Amino acid sequence: MKTDIILCGVGGQGILSIATVIGEAAMNENLYIKQAEVHGMSQRGGDVQSNLRLSSEPIASDLIALGGADVIISMEPMEALRYLPYLKREGWIITSSAPFVNIPNYPDMEAVRAELAGIEHVVALDIEQMAKDNGVPRSANIILLGAAQKALGLEYHKLEQAVRRIFSRKGEAVVEANIKALALGRAAQG
Amino acid sequence: MEKQFLLGDEAIALGAIHAGLSGVYAYPGTPSTEITEYIQANSLARERGIHSRWCTNEKTAMEAALGMSYAGRRALVCMKHVGMNVCADAFVNAAITGTGGGLVVVAADDPSMHSSQNEQDSRFYGRFAMVPILEPSNQQEAYDMTRLAFDLSEQLALPVLLRVVTRLAHSRASVVVADEARAVNSLSPAEGKNWVLLPAIARRQYEALIGKQPQMMTLSEESAYNRSESYGRPRLGIIACGIGYNYVRECRPEDVLLLKVSQYPLPEKQVRQLAEACDAIMVVEDGQPVVEQEVKVLLGRDYKVLGRLTGHLPRTGELTPDNVAAAFGRRQEQAYGTAKNLAARPPQLCPGCGHRDVYTALNQVAAQYPGARIFGDIGCYTLGALPPFQSIASCVDMGASITMAKGAADAGLRPAIAVIGDSTFTHSGMTGLLDAVNDRSPITVIISDNLTTAMTGGQDSAGTNKFEAICLGLGVEPEHVRVVVPLPKNMEEITRILREEIEYEGVSVIIPRRECIQTLRRHLREKQKEAGNA
Repeated sequence: MKTDIILCGVGGQGILSIATVIGEAAMNENLYIKQAEVHGMSQRGGDVQSNLRLSSEPIASDLIALGGADVIISMEPMEALRYLPYLKREGWIITSSAPFVNIPNYPDMEAVRAELAGIEHVVALDIEQMAKDNGVPRSANIILLGAAQKALGLEYHKLEQAVRRIFSRKGEAVVEANIKALALGRAAQG
Repeated sequence: MEKQFLLGDEAIALGAIHAGLSGVYAYPGTPSTEITEYIQANSLARERGIHSRWCTNEKTAMEAALGMSYAGRRALVCMKHVGMNVCADAFVNAAITGTGGGLVVVAADDPSMHSSQNEQDSRFYGRFAMVPILEPSNQQEAYDMTRLAFDLSEQLALPVLLRVVTRLAHSRASVVVADEARAVNSLSPAEGKNWVLLPAIARRQYEALIGKQPQMMTLSEESAYNRSESYGRPRLGIIACGIGYNYVRECRPEDVLLLKVSQYPLPEKQVRQLAEACDAIMVVEDGQPVVEQEVKVLLGRDYKVLGRLTGHLPRTGELTPDNVAAAFGRRQEQAYGTAKNLAARPPQLCPGCGHRDVYTALNQVAAQYPGARIFGDIGCYTLGALPPFQSIASCVDMGASITMAKGAADAGLRPAIAVIGDSTFTHSGMTGLLDAVNDRSPITVIISDNLTTAMTGGQDSAGTNKFEAICLGLGVEPEHVRVVVPLPKNMEEITRILREEIEYEGVSVIIPRRECIQTLRRHLREKQKEAGNA
């Protein structure tokens, strides 16, 4: 088994929490993992990305090659497009559909949607709205993770266990909110 | 043996604790910051009382670590690559004095300049100082080789340079760690006069350093971290240094003889053997072509050496699985090209950040002085160079805002304004301010004080609560040390004070002071948590 994942978004959107949960689930499966993170200047409202590689065999490179990613998980639709050259033909994009506009020259949103729709395997969800509507306003990123479950090739209950372990130190209410978010995402992936 | 999921930086930190560390000395700098932070948060480090408080700059860090080594205990110094420039005097001379307790210097290089102003290669410093250099390929080696670095340092009585790059420092993987930590060294201060680098003694000590070079070469040639791997029927030789090895392995090369190098000096015996067995050698190293040049010298003009200097790999920027594969003539099939609907999203100052108000005020005032130039410095506020502010004219190295403003003022430029952060000011701005005071230079210095070292994640700032006293102590006149609170509602006051001080033909310091919005949020969360627990 080998899954190469690009996690992306805008600094501060919580992509590293998604990475932490996937990492925890993969560790429990005894998979090899490499996770290249983004620290420093790029976190200040700029584009951020993390390369997460899971494999049953030892992993050499910390970075994913062009055309090598199985999944792009993005907290922002234009940011998903930024890493398109890394996506395999049969790869999946799991993305938030709501733009985060903090630049004056953000492209036309309809054009962004249309370009995304032209890719073979795309799940685009308004995760922020879903999170608000379902009373889990701080768990939009975990909804996105739930929606990526099949594409990641990880069993649902393994992800659920990982969410439980990762959030347990924040109390039962936070755990339950994130379990609910994970289920919402799973149901939305169709 | 236990498995932990660690950043390269964290693996180094834990490796150092387990090697019997007594103190880490560092100034924050991406991508090295997490080493010290890990030690600060580690329970064994606390239990053992391992020193881990941040230093004012890399030079004070290096010297304090050297002092700890003099006293017989093990010390670690960590910095980003440009920090090596700041501490170079102490580093190079530490090779002449030699060391007592193990002294390991970690330089975290940043090829591709993800968060830096250049991509200088710290291995040059290691060679310059003639000390051993270790360059781990992965997180496990980062952990293991930190222990090796301390052992080598104590065996050779020399500082050892441990060089990593961003992609190792900031990437996580499983690391098998020891169950137990070695005891710290006992106090045993050096004896004799070897540490007094008067010319007569320094000459002797330099001879001693030269005398250690053959032993260093033997250690490299016999190191388990410099090893050969053969694939197929080798025709091409590859020298893969540090994480370059990972990218070579990633593209599964055929018919090559691969020499992995993680310990320097470059093992000459293995390089010669490789050259004899192959028709040509390709050097895959992250950073500058340090080894490539060395191999060319070693093998002579007629031997074919490929790498960054021949264009087989890009001359600038970090290695990637893509450019290494391309060097072997491989090309990964790409399903998709660059997207059409894409805009750059550069980093920016946080909403609500005090630096924003400082630049708003500066732009308003500077607009009234056509000749005005604002000299910037290193920190979050460097982002004042980008839209919407586009305020600063320069950003070169820590502290240069003040001294460049001074030099420009000496040349006749008016008004010359410097913008520097609180932590950068104590790092390297104070001495420049003293120069300006002694010269009565007509400059206006803005110390934008957010009470933290913000860009690297909110570490303590050495001068917090001391800035007025420091400026007065350096001789800035009391009526020209002004403090304001950078908020939109105070804009009239701030711009008035700016104008008054710009008009003053001498040194003025204005200190806009308001806590960093990120650390403020963190402190509020911590307070809420405490209140919840109470």
